[in-house]
Amino acid sequence: MADATVPVSHEPTAEETHLRHHFANSAQQTDASTLGMWTFLITEVLFFGGMFMAYAIYRATFPDAFASTSEYMNVILGGTNTAVLICSSLTMVLAVRAAQLSSRKGLILFLILTMIFGTIFLVIKGFEYTDKWREHLVPGFNFHYAPAQFEHNAQILFFLYFCMTGMHAVHMIVGLGLLTFLIVQAQRRVFNANYFAPVEMIGLYWHFVDIVWIFLFPLLYLIGHRT
Amino acid sequence: MATLAHHSAETEIEPVDYLNVEFGWKSWLLTTDHKRIAMLYLISITLMFFVGGAAAVAFRINLLEPEGIFAPETYNRLFSMHGIVMVFFFLVPSIPATLANFFIPIMIGAKDLAFPRVNLLSWYLYVIGAAFTMYAVLRGGVDTGWTFYTPYSSTYSNSYVLAAAFGVFTAGFSSILTGLNFIVTVHKMRAPGMTWSRLPLFVWSNYATGLIQVLGTPVLAITLLLLAFERIAKVGIFDPNIGGDPILFQHLFWFYSHPAVYIMILPGMGVISEIMACFSRKRVFGYNFVAFSSMAIAVLSFVVWGHHMFLTGESMYTGIAFSILSFLVAVPSAIKVFNWTATMYKGSVSFDTPMLYAFGFIGLFTIGGLTGLFLASLATDVATHGTYFIVAHFHYVMVGGMVMAFLGGVHFWWPKMTGRMYPEAWSKFAALIIFLGFNLTFFPQFILGYLGMPRRYHAYPPEFQMLNVLSTAGASVLGIGYLIPIVYMLWSLKYGPKAGNNPWGATGLEWKIQSPPTTFNFDETPIVTEEAYNYGEAEGVHG
Repeated sequence: MADATVPVSHEPTAEETHLRHHFANSAQQTDASTLGMWTFLITEVLFFGGMFMAYAIYRATFPDAFASTSEYMNVILGGTNTAVLICSSLTMVLAVRAAQLSSRKGLILFLILTMIFGTIFLVIKGFEYTDKWREHLVPGFNFHYAPAQFEHNAQILFFLYFCMTGMHAVHMIVGLGLLTFLIVQAQRRVFNANYFAPVEMIGLYWHFVDIVWIFLFPLLYLIGHRT
Repeated sequence: MATLAHHSAETEIEPVDYLNVEFGWKSWLLTTDHKRIAMLYLISITLMFFVGGAAAVAFRINLLEPEGIFAPETYNRLFSMHGIVMVFFFLVPSIPATLANFFIPIMIGAKDLAFPRVNLLSWYLYVIGAAFTMYAVLRGGVDTGWTFYTPYSSTYSNSYVLAAAFGVFTAGFSSILTGLNFIVTVHKMRAPGMTWSRLPLFVWSNYATGLIQVLGTPVLAITLLLLAFERIAKVGIFDPNIGGDPILFQHLFWFYSHPAVYIMILPGMGVISEIMACFSRKRVFGYNFVAFSSMAIAVLSFVVWGHHMFLTGESMYTGIAFSILSFLVAVPSAIKVFNWTATMYKGSVSFDTPMLYAFGFIGLFTIGGLTGLFLASLATDVATHGTYFIVAHFHYVMVGGMVMAFLGGVHFWWPKMTGRMYPEAWSKFAALIIFLGFNLTFFPQFILGYLGMPRRYHAYPPEFQMLNVLSTAGASVLGIGYLIPIVYMLWSLKYGPKAGNNPWGATGLEWKIQSPPTTFNFDETPIVTEEAYNYGEAEGVHG
């Protein structure tokens, strides 16, 4: 680009090599990406919010049908997945800390651990989906519900179950891609105590996706277990 | 012609700017320069504007005859495509993605938006979205109306709803990214001394727009996604056959689409503030009120969606609440209109082309806004809902307001964006033609609606023919009015006289730099020491 038009006042110092041309200094750049990530996460809240809204309305309208579905949800697998994701959040935080301490080995280790937890989650989710198919609980394609009086309305819950957990899984897959990118960058010694913003930003994203699951688990698996 | 010969001699010492710094398609398609992306957007939305306009001309021709000329299905597809293209592919990105993209960084003294690559990504998403929607058009279009209401778009759909909805879904993300970029840029990229109370009002209004884009658009995205899942799985939450609820779709849709109405007007209001101050040679009267009225509109926009549903399954008490809240929007809107008018009071008013559009905006927006109050009132809405009265109302705001502001803004900043002046006489002529054509098109529709002609029908009782013919005649005039600027603007790129850095004698950082600007806008970061619109001692009573 037209670097010639900008008077170069000084050579960038080592810690400033990641400074993009339009920022005055690293602090401004980090501030901007932090605010940008939080704003993005707000859009994500509203994106999932549409589905939570639909869930709230139909659960209030058909409480019995929704409660009846809990018998068909695998709380063990769901609970395991909750634990797995909480662990992945811990390793993600430790990865950020390792980056802040300029520990490249620690960073890569914790990023890989986070990816392993994320992958375990997706594999378990895959088993759950397969079970749902076998039990004829996939709305539209393969749905036979034993309590016949709830067949129509319970189908809505399963529809929302697949929409919400499916969108969540898509976000997990994107997250795994981002973690891979971080690992490659970390291999190349990009991050150090002065520059770790991408690790922190992707960390925020990862925690957000975890938190969505923390809401999904009780709302989808534990409806009938209240008493 | 003397000027032509004069400046062709000058071209040999052409300074480097963002247009001539690099050449070739790669330098445009891979650019991260906000100014080049703004130009890419300008070309794309202009193309889409003429696609949407062509559909409008076609269905206005159909309405020349009471029994219609085309088949009813064709008519439905034409007006649906007009609405979808104009709302999602022209009005929503119109000013934010072009003028604001170009000028927000310059106005606040920054080298670029906070996320230049995200900015480019948003343009690509827009293009992909437009491509899917155009694919739906070429395959025969959709007949759902721009709202995609269920069950038109689900159970009874017989057209390419999925492709069109996917197009809108993708364009929605382009809009989210633009809004996000503006919010972060305004918060974090301001030059030293550029405090919030010194921001040009154009920046304020686009900041407010950004908030709406970021908070509203994801809800539309998930709504369209649920609609798509429902259609694919043949199961759903909007389909009453299995216990779903079509009203839920309307709630979710309008939760975005009413705020979206303000995405389509707030940036225009920002343009008018800039033009009013410049051509009245005065600080905008009540700067703080105008700035905060933009924020008030953004906040209120999220609590008025129910006024679209007075007649579709809303309780009376819900209706009353939404009616009162809708009336509140009139307050910040009126503050703006009064303050623009007061800005001209005892100002040194000149009648350049941008100012003509600004005058048009104020008059037409006022009519559009006041007729909105008829529709926010429960009793009158029962009579006018779903008639041409509504069509006329929102076209007075969207076309009379936003398109006027867009054209005013393009004329105002054209010298800065291209370095060239457009022909003054032609541009004034076009502004006049557009104003006349607009009123001839849409004023008869107020009367038609008041007399009870419903919208979205391809045929109508014979006694409405005269007014419909008037409206179609107006649409033809309006269409010609829109073509004239295209011609002379393109002409000016090559033959227009050089504009100089500040042809209007305006204040603001964008007028202090070279025309067209260099890639990084400023040679060194400016330090701001004065208020916005510091037009010297224009006599007048203002704070």
